[in-house]
Amino acid sequence: MSQPVIEIEQLAFAWKQGPQVLEVPVFRVDAGERVFLRGPSGSGKSTLLGLIAGVLAPQSGTIRVLGEDMRALSPSKRDRLRADHVGVIFQMFNLVPYLSVTGNVLLPLRFSPARRKAAGGDAEREARRLLARLGLADEGLLARRVSDLSVGQQQRVAAARALIGAPRLIIADEPTSALDADARDRFIALLSEEVTRTGASLLFVSHDASLAPLFTRAVDLAAINKAMVAAGGSA
Amino acid sequence: MTALFSLAWASLLNRKGSVVLTIVAVALSVALFLGVEKARSGAREGFGNTISGTDLIIGAPTGSVNLLLYSVFRMGSATAEVSWPTYEKIASRPDIAWTVPVALGDSHRGYRVMGTTLGYFDHYKYGGGQALTFAGGQPFSDLFDAVIGAEVARELGYTVGTPVVLNHGLGAADLGSGHENRPFRVTGILRPTGTPVDRTVHVSLEAITAIHVGWETGAKNPLADTIPEEMIRSFDLTPKTVTAIFAGLERKGTILTTRRAINTNRGEPLMAIIPGEALAELWNVTSIAERALLAVSAFVIAVGLVSILTSILSSLNERRREMSILRATGARPHHIFVLLVLEAGLVGFLGAVVGIALVHGLIAVLAPILQAQYGVAFSMGAPGLVDLAVLGAVTGASLLIGAVPALAAMRRSLADGLSVRL
Repeated sequence: MSQPVIEIEQLAFAWKQGPQVLEVPVFRVDAGERVFLRGPSGSGKSTLLGLIAGVLAPQSGTIRVLGEDMRALSPSKRDRLRADHVGVIFQMFNLVPYLSVTGNVLLPLRFSPARRKAAGGDAEREARRLLARLGLADEGLLARRVSDLSVGQQQRVAAARALIGAPRLIIADEPTSALDADARDRFIALLSEEVTRTGASLLFVSHDASLAPLFTRAVDLAAINKAMVAAGGSA
Repeated sequence: MTALFSLAWASLLNRKGSVVLTIVAVALSVALFLGVEKARSGAREGFGNTISGTDLIIGAPTGSVNLLLYSVFRMGSATAEVSWPTYEKIASRPDIAWTVPVALGDSHRGYRVMGTTLGYFDHYKYGGGQALTFAGGQPFSDLFDAVIGAEVARELGYTVGTPVVLNHGLGAADLGSGHENRPFRVTGILRPTGTPVDRTVHVSLEAITAIHVGWETGAKNPLADTIPEEMIRSFDLTPKTVTAIFAGLERKGTILTTRRAINTNRGEPLMAIIPGEALAELWNVTSIAERALLAVSAFVIAVGLVSILTSILSSLNERRREMSILRATGARPHHIFVLLVLEAGLVGFLGAVVGIALVHGLIAVLAPILQAQYGVAFSMGAPGLVDLAVLGAVTGASLLIGAVPALAAMRRSLADGLSVRL
């Protein structure tokens, strides 16, 4: 089974009246793949992730996420697709400060009945199970304010949140850039393990090329983005 | 919706400090408004309760409000009086059950003195039929006895037995122009009523005549003080005139015909008013000021609501990250909108609840004191329709006002997408 989760053809995007920032002839991620997308800052990776997550719409070309043509979908349909099937992990400050650790993990279930259903009847237990798998089983830790957790712990909570309700695509935008090498490798290992277990695809973006061997496939955004090549690749 | 409600609640709890301040601002504005409203309805009630049980007030022709003012509220003065024979004629009318004549014009240290008959203590009713009761002592029986209202007793520190010197006219004590040669003695003190009775010194009609022996020309005859008390007591002290007459009818049904008969009295011209009507007329005059006060306090509520707007708007910048996290985890723009509107509505609702509780708490504590000290009756009891209406209006207005920051946050979250740079 190699139904593509992300399928991009001749995709072009420019901010209003700005130059083309993204021009991708072809890019795809298959189901179950763990893809490492290397992109230095300014290479248009945030724009690409915005397009895949459905918060931005391309001017031309095709982008399919889980078989849905994102250009044909209304903004609210794209929002729903993201809510139901995409988990997102940011670089830093991933957590809502006024929610508990489990409250943060359960957040996507508030907006997606589909993921609520997928998480099973006892969502709280599912959240704790995920947290435990990511090495956050300590009750005292779970009771703490999220802002009191270490950055590594926060990122693992964010990973649990992205994973809950079994979304089919996990997008991680530089999730390890604030971690030391040790914590970084552990984080990627845990994330990969969980993604493999649920069968989700992982699109992992980082500027750090040394991470590439930890994934099934590595792609250099600078190489596939013609807009950057045209602009001299500088950023 | 419930999901967003608990989010809104958690978000407010997270910003306790500023949220509590905003709630306090709203609560104080609501409390002020309701306080004014309660005082207003209390005043209106108290006002309407000033006199009851009296069917007609009769005096010399003047404005009906004027007659009410000087006969009941002891304000202003009569331009003309009613002669004693005319009073007797009215008192003997078959359709009139009882009459209480009153004579006004003198004062005691700023408090009006009213000459009347013992019938006054039986027939004058206030607060929907309550009779006057004595806190101490008894009605006047001797010529130089006086019964004082609660405020007179409290302010001047009088007790039963205290001597009282009256002044001629309404000015302050002025040697030589007073009735210091005819001192009175306090025989009774009335309980507080919240009416002008509290500020009145009551004496008998005959006493008014007695202290004016020697004043026939309108000014004091130098020889007046030489007339011994025994001689005065032997005089016929039936007054020549009275200022106004309170009257009760045999049958209420005849009130309009009786009033017309008195108004068209042959001989001395007279005027009869129905207290309720005149009170309503007077209330219309005073209610302008009271409505202005209410309007001002309504504006204070508006200020309270604006403080909700300010506090949410000023928090938006630091919550930008939070909004994009919510968007990334699946919140649609309308979720962001509803979340912020709910926050505003919750703050407004809580503010109104606290404000209402504050007012009712204060009334519960203060009402018994005010009742005992001043006879002012506050409408006590459970929160009523007015409170509910205010609660609803403030909550509704906060929800509406919340739309402003909600729209801003929604637009911004759309523009920010998933990538807020820090």
